[in-house]
Amino acid sequence: MLNRIMWAAMSLPMMTSFAHAQSGIDQAISDAIAPIVNPIVSTVFYSVPVFGTQFPLIVGWLVIAALVFTFYFGFIQFRGFKHSIELVRGDYLDPKDAGEVTPFQALATALSGTVGLGNIAGVGVAVYLGGPGATFWMILAGLLGMASKFTECILGVRYRNEYEDGTVSGGPMYYLSKGLSEDGKAALGKFLAIFFSICCIGGALGGGNMFQANQSFAQISSIIPFFEGKGWLFGLIMAGIVGIVIIGGIKSIARVTEKVVPAMAAIYVGAALIIILMNIGSLPAAFGAIFAGAFAPTAVAGGAIGALIQGFKRAAFSNEAGIGSASIAHSAVQTKHPVTEGYVALLEPFIDTVVICTMTSLVIIITGSWIPDNGVTGIALTAKAFEASFSGFGYILAIAAVLFAFSTMISWSYYGLKAWTYMFGEGQAKEIVFKVIFCIFVVIGSSMSLGPVIDFSDAMIFAMGIANIIGLYMLMPKVKALLADYKEKLASGEIKKIN
Amino acid sequence: MNAPTFLQAGPGGDDGRNQMAEIYIVGVDGTAQSRRAVDYAVERAKKSGASLHLALVLEWSPFSFHTPEELAERHKRREQELQRANDVLQPLADELNKAGVKTTFETRHGHAADLLCKIATDKNATQIIIGRTGDSVIAQRLLGGLAISLVQVAPVPVTIVP
Repeated sequence: MLNRIMWAAMSLPMMTSFAHAQSGIDQAISDAIAPIVNPIVSTVFYSVPVFGTQFPLIVGWLVIAALVFTFYFGFIQFRGFKHSIELVRGDYLDPKDAGEVTPFQALATALSGTVGLGNIAGVGVAVYLGGPGATFWMILAGLLGMASKFTECILGVRYRNEYEDGTVSGGPMYYLSKGLSEDGKAALGKFLAIFFSICCIGGALGGGNMFQANQSFAQISSIIPFFEGKGWLFGLIMAGIVGIVIIGGIKSIARVTEKVVPAMAAIYVGAALIIILMNIGSLPAAFGAIFAGAFAPTAVAGGAIGALIQGFKRAAFSNEAGIGSASIAHSAVQTKHPVTEGYVALLEPFIDTVVICTMTSLVIIITGSWIPDNGVTGIALTAKAFEASFSGFGYILAIAAVLFAFSTMISWSYYGLKAWTYMFGEGQAKEIVFKVIFCIFVVIGSSMSLGPVIDFSDAMIFAMGIANIIGLYMLMPKVKALLADYKEKLASGEIKKIN
Repeated sequence: MNAPTFLQAGPGGDDGRNQMAEIYIVGVDGTAQSRRAVDYAVERAKKSGASLHLALVLEWSPFSFHTPEELAERHKRREQELQRANDVLQPLADELNKAGVKTTFETRHGHAADLLCKIATDKNATQIIIGRTGDSVIAQRLLGGLAISLVQVAPVPVTIVP
């Protein structure tokens, strides 16, 4: 029965929704989807009570993994940080490889998939539900997550497929199946790869699509009253634009976005910095609130544990460390040694979470925009905080949100597609099917209320981490061997600075 | 330091250290304008006994932004770009060599003005010759403001052929 419902939802969501048109199209879409996503959500987020607060095991799973990789690779995220910068700067780039994908390009592309609404809306949710203390745990999770990214991106490059026509495909599905079959665990590897792929498709449709569409709609409808209650209409427009790019192959739109998005990110961070500087006097108090909230057992919203859960959850959702998605983008890089990409990738959670998420959080706290239980959460909370200093910034934020959402969608449509073709094989017809489904989910995401969307997004994205991290644990000795080899080559001068 | 030469030189390849004859670097992009630059270079070379080094630069930056799909296809695209460049350069070099002017060539990805200067330095060239304007896509990539930037930074005299 569940299978049938799921199939109906996957293939013909519009039809089921239109059947309930009398209760409002948006409501109908929400009603049709909620019974399907709720069981998935409660399974992935199976929680145990810890000090009186429900702690989802999956969050612990990701953080423990990040902690294990941090120790296993000897705090590589701190000791290797300088080397990471040198690699991204191009110090080790061989001029012979000019025209190939550079570490900077791989990092920028992976970042455009992760820097997005998680940094604006996700932080709003974290601070609303977890209080200022969530920021502390978010930063910690970001720092630890750097080691997870390091591990998964090295494996992504090491086990990528390079096809005869010169294109590459990489990511967890490839290292899980190829890496584990080297150790005689082909069946397990295949199982994990398929499990990962299913979740990746779900994550692409959830966090990489519905969540993005939903939050950009929230932002647009707040500045253009015409769209209020017409999520489906906004969704259709957005789906049309996404469709033009991913189905129509009109790269120019994507290309424009890829240029505008970094600029928007710079404006966003710049504005946050200005607000923080304008309120520099309140900064110590803000940090005080962050530390107090992080450890005080009596703090609001479930106390320290509540802050920790929210901080960890939002950090993981924002930087995707341990989830495996970035490894798909990073595996296209031109490198003579897979380890270089690990160093480059570890900057991702740093930029995404430690820098950008922290900025958002500080702006919310410093402007006093966070009021417990008043219902202002997500992107609305972030917008309110920025508006407090720059009236009219809501408009810029709305444009930024839509652009971030768009570029994240384009990235995730690719991640989902790679998982899809891994399972069903390459081929234009098969690819079109996925792309059409992807566009339909843009409409669904815009039409649903935030709760079910954010839960489903979280569930699918985090579920990717289940298979990915099992594989990372089993493959980490191989990464260690690669790292040792790389360090030896650095020491011997075989790999040396060129520029 | 040897300049990386992806598309190997035609007959009579030069390692750039030959101090005996002068070398002129000629910017080529397959357009009529660049052809005029080549013709001019040939004329000068015949008089002075210099050899020519044709350089085709594909505008590229290591710090640009791309979609994941573009990254995955980048290696393939690069091969295609190099092939297209070779299709322009090889016949031209063959023709000039046959006409008695020793000609080598290379294709590079990067910033046109920077690379032409670098190639000139590496080859110990005595001058750089480019066409004034181009109108093809490659031409826009090669010559968009190239003349102006080149004359400002070039280590050797630059001739711009109208």
